[in-house]
Amino acid sequence: MIEVRIHGRGGQGNVAASYLLAGTAIGQGWHALAFPTFGAERRGAPVAAFVRMEQRPFRRRDQVKQPDYLIVQDETLLHDPATLAGLKPGGGILVNSRRPATELGFEGRVHTLPATSLAENYIGRPVPNTALLAAFLGLTTLLPIEALSNELARRFKGEVLAKNRALVAAVAQMIETGAWKEMEAPHAIGT
Amino acid sequence: MPLALEGSQAIARAVALCRPQVVSAYPITPQTHIVENIAKLVADGALDCEYVSVESEHSAASTALGAAAAGARAYTATASQGMLYMSEVLFDISGLRVPLVLTCANRALSGPLSIWNDQSDSMAVRDAGWIQLYCTSNQEAIDTHIQAFRIAQETTLPVMVCVDGFTLTHTMEPLELPAQETVDAFLPAHRFARMLDPQAPLTIGTMVGPEAYSEVRHDHHHALLAAADNILRANADWAAASGRDWGGLLRASGPADARIGILGLGSLIGTLEDAAEQHPELPPTRIIALRAFRPFPFEALQAICADLDELVVVERAISPGAGAIVAAEVRAALSELPRAPRVHAVAAGLGGRDIGIGLYPNLLEVAQNEKIERFRIIDLDPQRLPEELSA
Repeated sequence: MIEVRIHGRGGQGNVAASYLLAGTAIGQGWHALAFPTFGAERRGAPVAAFVRMEQRPFRRRDQVKQPDYLIVQDETLLHDPATLAGLKPGGGILVNSRRPATELGFEGRVHTLPATSLAENYIGRPVPNTALLAAFLGLTTLLPIEALSNELARRFKGEVLAKNRALVAAVAQMIETGAWKEMEAPHAIGT
Repeated sequence: MPLALEGSQAIARAVALCRPQVVSAYPITPQTHIVENIAKLVADGALDCEYVSVESEHSAASTALGAAAAGARAYTATASQGMLYMSEVLFDISGLRVPLVLTCANRALSGPLSIWNDQSDSMAVRDAGWIQLYCTSNQEAIDTHIQAFRIAQETTLPVMVCVDGFTLTHTMEPLELPAQETVDAFLPAHRFARMLDPQAPLTIGTMVGPEAYSEVRHDHHHALLAAADNILRANADWAAASGRDWGGLLRASGPADARIGILGLGSLIGTLEDAAEQHPELPPTRIIALRAFRPFPFEALQAICADLDELVVVERAISPGAGAIVAAEVRAALSELPRAPRVHAVAAGLGGRDIGIGLYPNLLEVAQNEKIERFRIIDLDPQRLPEELSA
């Protein structure tokens, strides 16, 4: 079972990112669940969304407390202890940042991507989620990156879809494909 | 191939497959996505239905009542404060024996204000005279809505389909939506024999004096009890059509030799079931999903609990000053057994507190208590309690 927690601020497309990832997995025949935890309902408030995915059916619906991976859409949230809480040993952290991972001051598997500026360049909006998901799939190779492009077509049409797909393709070129591939994701027992 | 759908979107599409003629609703978190999606289906021309936007839940329920009384297949949805606000009308709908379907996107009650999930809202209208069905998953929610329209029509009783807010309504997962032909074959065109008709005028909702009120209540109560058969039949027929059997009034999982049971309503069941699989070292457990809370399934419950020594009921609401709601009724039902299990009651997940997989071993500890657990909230954070209460 792969467990992912997405951290961001209201308005950054956190729930959308979790739905995109789960939808991509479901499109590939996985069982997946994606759900948000809403805090105060306002833009800018810290928000978390969860994705749990496995290649066989499961029934649990509890929040992800011990993620294999963190996707952090706003690097200022790294200062909030809740963001890193429970990450499994050896787990991966993907951060939306212009800075290289080595400058973030974290041990372990950390990768950065300037997802906001990429999104501004490719789709004209500062929404980092598509770029980060493309990077996540590139790093982990859990699902083919084309599957994400297919899933985008369920959500977007026309020019917006084309721009999002161009962004996915660009990120796929930038990422060291499979860099997180050998990561063992231990099955969570208890929380 | 299942579709990746958000629970609310799936429920909206399931309702649309039932061809409602009038939908009236007022948006409230976490019900909003359901009625937004239905409104969109109507606006896009995908659903031929009168969508009535109203200024309040009281009006939403009143409009649905009027439409259903005039013979339309009617639907509404709400949650939390909206349920309280329409509660006056809920009693009228059932008392007038008008069939319609309502989705409760279960949410805690104010105050303090909470937008998050528990089942205080539907439990607060427990005695409104409606059928209440609780769903453990979004697939069950899809199937239960389709069954609910048939049950309502057959019994001329309103049906409340309860789905946990956020935990189900805002969760994306793989879901099977039935084909329109499958639903059409299962659900006959709507017909309400007592519909208001200008050609054959009649009055409903008049005053009833002491000479007949008791008989009206007797009739309503027995209609609800008899609805158990309709729930079972709808479940069986839909299982034959769809391949999915949700157990009718309740269902149980776990080893046949289990002497400990855990009973709950709604979306916590799946988490408990996965937890039981992860803890083979713990005593075998029968996990019971109570699907029908009204009518209360006395006999089915007695049958499924007869060989248990211990039963832990997990409440998703609280009756302050008494504690347990569901367990109080379970205890009453099981007291008729020659050898009843001890029934423990705990509440968990109030106001959206996450029900983790770690709840399961705690529930088994409760089952093995020396003393019967009359009622307590099991997932309290002692640090947030006043000192004198945290011991």
